[in-house]
Amino acid sequence: MKTVIRPYGDTTGDGMTQVSFTLPLPHDKKAEGAALQLAAKMGLEPAMLVHAKQMGDGFTFFVIYGSVRHLVELDKVVVVERDFPLLTAKEVNTVVKQKMRRKLSVVGACIGTDAHTVGIDAILNLKGIAGEKGLEYYRELKVVNLGAQITVPELVAAAKAEKADAVLVSQVVTQRDAHLHNTREMSAAFREALPADKRPLLIVGGPRFDELMTGELGVDRIFGRGTTPREVASYLVHALITEKADRKKAVAA
Amino acid sequence: MSSNKLGLDPALVHRARALAAKAGRPVVEMAQSHTTVSVERAVLRLAGVTGADPDGIPWVNRLVDAVRNDVGLGHGVALPVFHALAEHGLEPTGEQLTLLAQKAAAGSVRFDLPSGRAVTAAKKASRRQVAAGIKQIDRNRADRDKMIKRYGDPKQRPWIYLIVATGDIYEDIPQAQAAARAGADVIAVIRSTGQSLLDYVPEGATREGFAGTYATQENFRLMRAALDESSRELGRYVRLTNYASGLCMPEIATLAGLQRLDMMLNDSMYGILFRDINPIRTFVDQRFSRQIHARAGIIINTGEDNYLTTADAVEAAHTVTVSQLLNEYFAHEAGLADWQLGLGHAFEINPELPESFRLELAHALLARELFPDAPLKWMPPTKHMTGDVFRGNLLDGFFNLVGALTGQSILLVGMMTEAVVTPWLSDRDIALQNVRYVLGAAGNLHEDFVPAPDGFIQRRAHQVLDEAISLLEKIEGDTLLNAIADGTFGIMKRPANRGKGLDGVAAHDDGYYNPATEILETPGKEQQ
Repeated sequence: MKTVIRPYGDTTGDGMTQVSFTLPLPHDKKAEGAALQLAAKMGLEPAMLVHAKQMGDGFTFFVIYGSVRHLVELDKVVVVERDFPLLTAKEVNTVVKQKMRRKLSVVGACIGTDAHTVGIDAILNLKGIAGEKGLEYYRELKVVNLGAQITVPELVAAAKAEKADAVLVSQVVTQRDAHLHNTREMSAAFREALPADKRPLLIVGGPRFDELMTGELGVDRIFGRGTTPREVASYLVHALITEKADRKKAVAA
Repeated sequence: MSSNKLGLDPALVHRARALAAKAGRPVVEMAQSHTTVSVERAVLRLAGVTGADPDGIPWVNRLVDAVRNDVGLGHGVALPVFHALAEHGLEPTGEQLTLLAQKAAAGSVRFDLPSGRAVTAAKKASRRQVAAGIKQIDRNRADRDKMIKRYGDPKQRPWIYLIVATGDIYEDIPQAQAAARAGADVIAVIRSTGQSLLDYVPEGATREGFAGTYATQENFRLMRAALDESSRELGRYVRLTNYASGLCMPEIATLAGLQRLDMMLNDSMYGILFRDINPIRTFVDQRFSRQIHARAGIIINTGEDNYLTTADAVEAAHTVTVSQLLNEYFAHEAGLADWQLGLGHAFEINPELPESFRLELAHALLARELFPDAPLKWMPPTKHMTGDVFRGNLLDGFFNLVGALTGQSILLVGMMTEAVVTPWLSDRDIALQNVRYVLGAAGNLHEDFVPAPDGFIQRRAHQVLDEAISLLEKIEGDTLLNAIADGTFGIMKRPANRGKGLDGVAAHDDGYYNPATEILETPGKEQQ
């Protein structure tokens, strides 16, 4: 079924959209005209310039409302849907205990110069986030959180020492695409250091990642903003236990 | 300014301070009997060693490493370095010290500990040379006082504190000047995110950084000169802030004094808890850096906001009070006056929590009442900024209102795009508009704001103070180092025998000599 949608202001199909931006121009008629031309090129037509304010000498801030002529074709939207069941902590523990018969080892870190441990701590620390306990709370998971500013060789060494089943890396800083460079460096190092069957599951998370980039970055999974510890734990069980068992079954059959 | 709006029991407040002093005392004693590579490098910087080798490693690092290899660190570097200087027929000047560092790096100098009359000579020479560096810091302080007299302080309290952070000092400068024109009284240049764990201070003007700009002496100089220009233009003295934290705290404090920075972030436990820097390293570095700040007339800013971003802001409210009391004790001990104590706290309570605004008021007013003469630094919401910029702007407005109602002294301007992007020009403009509206509409509301006796706010403040006292009792019984090891602050466990930078710590040997400490601890003579 082909579904086409447009933004909704107060009437179906009105396409109403609000944008704001700054142009490097002092505020005058010409600047307002320039803002409207930009709005038109963004597909906002007709557009209303509702606010313009000069900042300092040579900049003006604009707020524009207008009807966007672009259409969204829903059947062409591609996203990563959660392709694994969401388990409770108890279920995670039970599956690990029964199927793995040992603790599932997880090593986490912020790599490169990134010192923002908020993300990795939210997922790993007992404290957790949004009322959900972190992975340290899961009895059958063995969690080592290396903290901030860990180099890739340090991470690889720790993953080997801990016999990590999964490595979690958090990247917040995105200046000059640092998060992408660091992730590629990390996945390349693991590929180099360990044969494919010994390599831990590589997971990165951070607010600015595109969840579709796993292949390009050489990792198994990317988690975006709003991810909770429970989702990560469920994914670990899915990827390391359930999926493996399913594959074995398929081979046997 | 002490008004006792909260009806705090003076005996309890006194008890809290006494407990903080008791808990802090053993740490001070430890700091007095240890040195670190960075303290020794700071001494050499005061003595005039400058520059770096072709790989960018500063000559102070090369020199300290060479001394340490030959005779260890336990006697300090002043004696072996100035002894070697004399032995090699070099003059006790900054240039010749730098030359000695170069020779040492090339392996052509061997260091020994002097004995007999040579000790006296080395002491005298090193003291004279370090005194020259401290004199430069004194001159800068006098210059600042003159400029404040000429241009004036900001007309309003709180002072408006804005952050710039592009990574490129030459981009930072026009941004900082634009921010000052737009109303900022204090400009903070955030450091590149990797710098706290570098065991050297980078050299020169830098144009590459991640989420911030490297703290270097040249960057300090460039930015201060630019803000001097702005001060002249705007008719108010615009202050400059940077970060004396991480592994090079003493050196960065020294460079700040040498380049007339005005405020420095300098927390007693932040590096330990949030950067996993060794506790002993931190406390030793800390004390020296605060002695420098005291001398330089720099206002320190402490980092209690960080406790609230890692733990729950209501449950952990008392850890902020405890940390403020400890920071105050360590600061006073190092010679800082009350007007130099920018003790921190933050608006980080979950806005979904019922009465969250009243709780914020209680906590902020408690800090105000406990430290009536300190220029408290009030920091904006970050943890509950979700990316919903509209709600974020509203939260920032309420944050500003708490600042006005409780008479905060330094207001770090909150950005609605917190957790989204590094602030854009327009984000900063909108944020300043928010501050101006609140201060314009309600700037003096603290005159009318007196919480009801035994009402919600008073009771909450009393509860936080009680909890702080219980925690201080526990810390005092257990010792501060053990409390830190047990994860008492901000959930992180940091034992004293672990953490980064421990290998750069040395216990004093008999005959340890540090001319800088000697001068800083007996003020008067060089100050005249």
